[in-house]
Amino acid sequence: MSTGIPTAIEAPRFRALTSVRATGIVGIASGIILAAATFAAIFGPLLAPYDPELPNLSLAWIGPTGGHLLGFDVQGRDVLSRLLVGAQTSMLGPLVVVIVSVVTGSLLAVVAAWRRGAADAAISSGLDILFAFPGILLAVLATAVFGAGLPAAAIALSLAYMPYVARVLRGAAYRERSQPYVAALEVQGASATSICLRHLIPNMLPLIVAQATILFGYAMVDLAAISFLGLGVQPPRPDWGVMISENQTGIVQGYPLPALSAGVCIVAVVIAVNVLGERLFEQAEAGRR
Amino acid sequence: MAEPGKAPVLQAAGLRKEFGELIAVDDVSFDLPSGRSLAIVGESGSGKTTIARMIVGLERPTSGTITACGHDRSQPAHSTRDRRQRGREVQIVFQDPYTSLDPRQNAEATIDEVLKLHHGWPADRRRARTAELIDLVGLDTRQSRALPRSLSGGQRQRIAIARALAAQPDILILDESVAALDVSIQAQVLNLLADIRDQTHVSYILISHDLAVVRQLTDEAIVLHRGKVVERGPTAQVLDDPQHPYTQRLRASVPRPGWKPRRRGQPGTGEENGVP
Amino acid sequence: MSDPAAVAALGSPGAAASAPLLEVAGLSVLLEINGAKRPVLRDVSLTVRPGEAVGLVGESGSGKSMTARAIDRLLPRRAEVTGSIRFGGEDVNQLTGAGLRRYRNKVAMIFQDPRAHTNPVRRIGDFMTEALQANLAVSAPEARRRAVDMLAQVGIDDGAKRLGQYPHQMSGGMLQRVMIAAALLTKPRLLLADEPTTALDVTTQAEVMAILDGLRREFGLAMLFITHDLDLAAAICDRTAVMYAGQIVEIRASALLHDDPLHPYTAALAAARPDIEQTAHRLRAIPGRPLSAFEAPSQECAFAPRCPYATDICRAEVPALARLDSGVSRCARAHELRGQLGGAPGG
Repeated sequence: MSTGIPTAIEAPRFRALTSVRATGIVGIASGIILAAATFAAIFGPLLAPYDPELPNLSLAWIGPTGGHLLGFDVQGRDVLSRLLVGAQTSMLGPLVVVIVSVVTGSLLAVVAAWRRGAADAAISSGLDILFAFPGILLAVLATAVFGAGLPAAAIALSLAYMPYVARVLRGAAYRERSQPYVAALEVQGASATSICLRHLIPNMLPLIVAQATILFGYAMVDLAAISFLGLGVQPPRPDWGVMISENQTGIVQGYPLPALSAGVCIVAVVIAVNVLGERLFEQAEAGRR
Repeated sequence: MAEPGKAPVLQAAGLRKEFGELIAVDDVSFDLPSGRSLAIVGESGSGKTTIARMIVGLERPTSGTITACGHDRSQPAHSTRDRRQRGREVQIVFQDPYTSLDPRQNAEATIDEVLKLHHGWPADRRRARTAELIDLVGLDTRQSRALPRSLSGGQRQRIAIARALAAQPDILILDESVAALDVSIQAQVLNLLADIRDQTHVSYILISHDLAVVRQLTDEAIVLHRGKVVERGPTAQVLDDPQHPYTQRLRASVPRPGWKPRRRGQPGTGEENGVP
Repeated sequence: MSDPAAVAALGSPGAAASAPLLEVAGLSVLLEINGAKRPVLRDVSLTVRPGEAVGLVGESGSGKSMTARAIDRLLPRRAEVTGSIRFGGEDVNQLTGAGLRRYRNKVAMIFQDPRAHTNPVRRIGDFMTEALQANLAVSAPEARRRAVDMLAQVGIDDGAKRLGQYPHQMSGGMLQRVMIAAALLTKPRLLLADEPTTALDVTTQAEVMAILDGLRREFGLAMLFITHDLDLAAAICDRTAVMYAGQIVEIRASALLHDDPLHPYTAALAAARPDIEQTAHRLRAIPGRPLSAFEAPSQECAFAPRCPYATDICRAEVPALARLDSGVSRCARAHELRGQLGGAPGG
């Protein structure tokens, strides 16, 4: 039947992320930022020109000079080196949080949507209870149990994000599950597991990926906040959130660079991840319909 | 495969389905003789789709019995193995070609997956059978490798039919399977369904509101109105000489050359015989 | 090529009689699809006289809905439109502001899915009286009175109660009747009905069609009725235009379409439909599938690849719309094939 506006008759080609025309200048910039951050996360310790942890109070707050492009921080350590080495925990933490929360959240969403009825009600209620706990509170609790540090913070945040992911994905899971092709597979006698893993989840992938990228940004900021409060990464280990915390006094004293440069790194990565997530989502959706 | 002349391949007796207060299906009984085709005619709210879902095990009857290929199928399957077994008896093709296929799978993969479920064949035998089925439904290799989004509604329905046939069912339910297709494509698919029936002796249950399609494809028909059977008989007889007022009204409402719509309660609305 | 508007005005009884109400001449539309400009309508010409009902029939991609949207100025912003659409002598595409609003009062559109075109959180009464109050400065009580009257005309007797209801409280058929009533309230001169009954049950369709036909005649409205069903169009339209691949291929008096079509596509379309009165051994299906304007060949007759009568003439160039008898056809061989096309079994 005619739908009026003709829908695409030709299949929209799945344009590779590297295609310049498809991603645009903002996309390219985001790609570069993320590549740089990832590179630093992996090779930071090798690239850092100076020792990131050795304090030298006589050098505190000195601005950019010689080989120190960003100057020194509150304890006289090279800011650039701390940024490069800190990339590791700053990127790894959110990555772990995203993977754990998205995987568990997706599974819960799919199970709830597949089984519907009582199972769905039970899962949704359980998630609602978990929703009631703010991430920071869970972090405090986790710290009490596991001791301060990145693992505790990451666990806490994963628990805090999981119900959010599950709730968002549950709608998509329900939609896919109600499609006739799923019914056709049921009638064929395919097992629930195979339908969920081979059909439901791949078709939800655009949304899952979009969620993951959004959450990465949130996790980065939340983990930085947790570290800022002293509950996450412990000094003297470098971490962008810790750096903001340590160097905050410098802002009012007229030495904003150390704290701000760490802040800029966080903001840049969060924006880049969001932009990338949007592109991935669009292209995955276009490739599907 | 069913052979013509044997016992009914499907028997439904006293089917009833309640959704809370609503009685969607009320005491519906019918037989499907082996190798023959039955039409379940009705409009929205008639219960026809609910009946289809009950037969195929997607819905649990409130009461009544369903017997398919000699086995009692009154309740949905318990286990996956049971469902697979039943899938080899009854299959279904749905109405909407745009949501009947996994958008991420091409025809070959779709059919292959089903073949793997039902037969423990090695890959090359599955490939050969897939090619046969693709050919049977009138598609070519290029189309079988394309994703659904680059295919038309008619082509997608052909894939859905091939997928259903991959299980080699005795009974194929066509739930308004041609209703969403353009007229010229509908004709192609109807011809295809007739050919398939000749070749494989599958028995059809055609769920449709379109009386012309019903006439073209089926031998027997039952007419449903608000969950009850109001008329039954050979299709030609039900359409040429409808007895029940609802059937007459339905017959009189079908556009055809020379037809004019009339408001209810006026001459020509079908309170009399539906022949123009 | 003869003047398209003049040609399209043919095919109707009493062609010389009155000035056309709607005149579409050489309308071509390009839309941006996947980044490229593609044709969706090619050289569409047709006329509708005051009080006349014209059917517009086609399959997917034929451009029938697009034509209605073009007439109602509902095309996407970046559509490229060439050719002209004149309503009551005025160029529709040049209208703006108040002029456009006046035009919208005179041309009412009824859509296929009433639920998609009603706001679910507004009452029926608000929706129906809105245009009257805003555009025609009718007082609220008077608008309500007219609404209730009109609802009675479409067979809804408890109109006052219905005005207070929401769309979800009504069935599809009833809501479509409300849409018809709403469309008629502003006393339009032309109704554009885009597959108004496709989503309805067949018995409801018959009822709604009867109401539409009756009211149209009573109010003397012109109508462009869009559908995929040739017999449905023929039931209430005096003339029917058939579209294929974004072009008009035939315009003919509805009564003659089956027995004496002027284009092979029309004949094939009529023949492809199963017959409710007998079972054919095999249906006469057209090979291939219906194409959109941008998929169809553009240097030859768009239907040639699927046409059983195609010859070299057909493949040489795009045939023009030409007059034949009392109708119009875009078949290059229309003269030759006259009399051979129609009278399909069951037609």
